[in-house]
Parts: sequence; C-alpha cells; structure tokens
Amino acid sequence: MAQKEQWGTRIGVILAVAGSAVGLGNFLRFPGQAAQNGGGAFMIPYFISLLLLGIPLCWAEWTMGRFAGTRGFHSAPGIFIVLCRNTFARYFGTLALLVPLVIYMYYVVIEAWCLSYAISYLDGSLMPAANPGAYDEYFGSLVGIGQDGALFRPGHRDFLGILIFTFVMNFFFIYRGITKGIEAFCRVAMPIMVVLALVVLVRVLTLGTPDPAAPDRNVVNGLGSMWNPNFAKLSDPNTWLAASGQIFFSLSVGFGVIINYSSYMRKNDDVALSGLTATSMNEFFEVCLGGLITLPAAFIFLGAAAQEMGTFGLGFTALPSVFAVMPAGQLFGFLWFIMLFIAAITSSLSMLQPVIAFFEEGLGLKRHAAAAILGLIAAIGSGFVVYFSKDLKALDTMDFWVGTMCIFVLAMFQAAVYSIAFSVQSGHAALHEGSHIRVPIALQYLLKFVTPVYLLLIFVAFCIFNVPDYFSAIGKSEVALASIMFISIVGAFLLVMVHIAGIRWMREGKLNFLFEEAGEDEQAANDSPAV
Amino acid sequence: MNSLGWIMMTVSVCTVLCLVSFCLTKVLSLPAVDMDEVKGPLEIDTGDTEDAD
Repeated sequence: MAQKEQWGTRIGVILAVAGSAVGLGNFLRFPGQAAQNGGGAFMIPYFISLLLLGIPLCWAEWTMGRFAGTRGFHSAPGIFIVLCRNTFARYFGTLALLVPLVIYMYYVVIEAWCLSYAISYLDGSLMPAANPGAYDEYFGSLVGIGQDGALFRPGHRDFLGILIFTFVMNFFFIYRGITKGIEAFCRVAMPIMVVLALVVLVRVLTLGTPDPAAPDRNVVNGLGSMWNPNFAKLSDPNTWLAASGQIFFSLSVGFGVIINYSSYMRKNDDVALSGLTATSMNEFFEVCLGGLITLPAAFIFLGAAAQEMGTFGLGFTALPSVFAVMPAGQLFGFLWFIMLFIAAITSSLSMLQPVIAFFEEGLGLKRHAAAAILGLIAAIGSGFVVYFSKDLKALDTMDFWVGTMCIFVLAMFQAAVYSIAFSVQSGHAALHEGSHIRVPIALQYLLKFVTPVYLLLIFVAFCIFNVPDYFSAIGKSEVALASIMFISIVGAFLLVMVHIAGIRWMREGKLNFLFEEAGEDEQAANDSPAV
Repeated sequence: MNSLGWIMMTVSVCTVLCLVSFCLTKVLSLPAVDMDEVKGPLEIDTGDTEDAD
C-alpha cells in the first residue's frame, strides 16, 4: 500500500504555493500595469484589492482545500462534493481541472521561450545589436509569429528541442509526487530566484547614467517612470479594474491550484499564517523586485516608450535591448531569463498537479498511467499552440477564454461554495484550526458579503471592456474558432471523466458520508418533539 | 523622481517587506513538526503501488 501524499514540511507548502503564484506576471505584467495606470497612485487600489480580494480569497481556498483533504479528497470534483454535500457539485470541478490544464498548454511554450533566451545569452548569440528592431525580429522568429506552422519548418529544431526538454522536465517533477517532486524543487528554486533577482536588482540600481549624452535617462528617473504618482488616474474605473485584475491573477486565485495544494495538509496544520506568508512572498517578488527592476531598467535605455509596452514586448524585446548596452549585459541577461524560466517552472508544476491528482483519485489510475495520459493531452494542446503561432492567435485566445474568463468564473464559484459550506462562525473556526495567528472575524463577513460582490463587479466591468472584441475575433479568425473548439473538446472530455469518477466514488462508498449525514439529519428531525 | 514618487515607492516596498519579514520570522521560529506526524500513518491508498501497471 502506498503512503498518503502529504507535504513534508511547513515551509515546503508555503514555498510551493508562493512558487505557483510567482511567475512572469510579477516581473513583466505588474510594472507595465502600474506605469500605465497612475504609477505610484496605482498602489492605492492595488493594496485595497489585496486586502479585500486577494488575501480573503486565498484564505478561503486554503481553508476549503484542507477541510476536504482531511476528508479524503484532493481533486476539485471531490473537494466540491465534500464542501457542497451534493454529488452534482462535482461537475463544477471540471472547471478547476480545465483551467490549469489549458493554461499549462501555452504556459510551457512561454517557459521554453525563456529558456531559449537564457541559452542564447549563454552562447552569445543574443547580443547582436542595441536596436530594438533586431530583438523584435529575433522574438518573432523564435515564436513563429509570421506564419502558422513556421516552427515546424527547418531552422527551428533548437526551439522544439528546448520545448520538449521543458515539457519533460515538468513531468519529471510531477511524476516524483508532492514531497519529492514539487516541494523538493520549490525549496531549491525559490531561494535561487530571490538571489538571481537581487543580483539583477543591484545591477540595475547601480547603473547611474549610462549614456552621458542623455543625462535624463538615469536610475532615479527610471524609478520615477514607475513610481511617480498620477492621482488623477484614481478617478478612472479602468485603474481600479487593472489593480484588482493584477492582484487577482498574480495570486493564482481561481486556478484550482491552492485548493489542491492545501488538500495535502494535515488537520491541524496552520493555514492562516501559511496562506498569508505565501501571499506576502508573492508580493515581495512583485512589488520589491518586479517594481524596481523591469521598468526602471527599460526606461534608462529606451526612455518613456518602455512604459507603453505590453508583457511580451517588455520582457522579450525591450529588456534584451537593455542587456545589449548594459555593462556585463550578457551575464545579466542570462541570469534574468534563467530566473524567469525557474519562476515559470514553479508555476507550471502547480498546473499539472490538480489534474494528475484527479486522474489518480477519480479514475483509479496509477501514477505512471495518469502522467502518461496527462502528458499526451498536454502535448496535443502545446502542439496546437506551437503550430498556430501566427500573431500568437491560439495562445492569445486560450489565455483570454480560459486564463482570464474561466478563472473569474471559477473564483466566483469558489467564493459561493465557501459561503455555502461555512457559516461565519464555522468558517472562523475552520481557518483557526491549528493556526499560529489570529484573524479578525470581520474577515468572514468580508468573505460572505464584500468579496463576492467586489469580484462580480470586476468581472462585469472586465466583460464589458473586453468580451466584445474577443467575440468578434471568433467570427473573423479560423484559428480563434479552432482554439475555442479545442478548449470545448478538452472540457467535454474532462466532464465525462468527472462523471465516471463520481460513479466510481459511489460504488466504492467514498460518498457514503453524504447519505449518513442526511440520515442523521432525518433521524434528528423525527426524534425532535413537535412544537 | 519627485518626492511623492519616493514616498509611494518607500511606503509600498516597506509595507511588503514588513509583512513578508513578519510572516517568515513567525513561520521559521515555530518548532519543527514531529516527523512521525509529518509522514503520517499508512492509512490511505492513493492507488500508487510498487507493482504499478
């Protein structure tokens, strides 16, 4: 008989959850969002969103995951059955499998970009010129942006090899399990990431005024491009939407990951302090490292144009231009991209675990078989993203409909489930079981009444601003339509698997607790004297 | 960078540093968990066996 999977150490689960949250968004998306939405003033709605949305939802997920995990379920369908006390609830768990699986399909491709850049810095092939146009071309060629199927033509074997290596690396750690795989990797990777980021930070902050001909482009003004506040932006609803969205996506809330990771905790393990620590570590990477490195560095060498660049533009074309003219830029370019690669790996590992846990728990598959089937599905999806590379249409479509819309829906569902499963008092008690810090009971009222409404408002605003464009894209682009169909097929497959898992659990008696509790309630009602 | 920029940056970075320092100090100063508890009893079969497949 195999041993029950559990986290080996307290810091292990914290590092794993923090590693799941820390990714490219901390270093590339956050600085751009802040600069475009009021600079330093952006931090006001940002911290308000962290308090009202981010931390409460994280605590809710940690509490729900541990609650269901100690009752024998680690996959979302089973967890939702335990929490809702209804077998039908398992079908909503499909979303918590679809989201991480589909995101993994394109995230592993971005991961391979990072590794490819790091290798190119190592062998010196990525220092051709300081002209940003050269890096645009390099990036376009690497990702096959000009034509569908470009990456399967001669000349791209290196990238495909790197992608396969990245893919296999992810599955190697997943195959090793929670303690020996994910936890062991994150315990090494997270400190390495901190060290690498600090080295690059020191380099950026000591750049001074690299070009005497452009004295305005110095470190202090670079920091100013990121942090000088424009308080007028606070009256713009888009600023609040951007801040809430950044917090929401940065913390991995609604990914189905935290709920899965925390299900491997023991009954008396602390979730309050662990959840807060993982959240604060993510904020450290985002505000203290991402906020001080990316945009200031880009501003020093590229000027104010850096503020308007998107995530990929900033990361894969602007920063290489910076490293090209920075003293020892080849070394710092390598360190930067290898750090991004490690950050991406810790995130992608967390996307595979919820699905492999379901295959093992719901379908009774052994680890070998579960990993093989998951690998096949993920490989087909990644192949789809790599093949339909023109304008990154497939990647963009999947990112919007699954990586954004489905996450919102799942987070709202989880917030509703928390409200159903826990009263104010029982939620407070569940959070504090084994806790090493005290959280005010006001949090429970926040979770019941404020957070769901706040989330709904953001979701509606997001839909109004973004959905029409993406809907019209489906009609105009065959690749967008094919991507939607692909997502639907994967979703339908998972839905059938969830249905089968429910039948298996009933046959095995794993859901007997539902009927026993219902019987006890009925008995209690019959025994109680008539009023 | 203007003075308000310095203030926003300092307050933001210090707030996060204080929070993460407090949390990590608290976590790392807790007594280690007993290894018997960590591994737990062989009570639940996850489906993984030595002769898998």
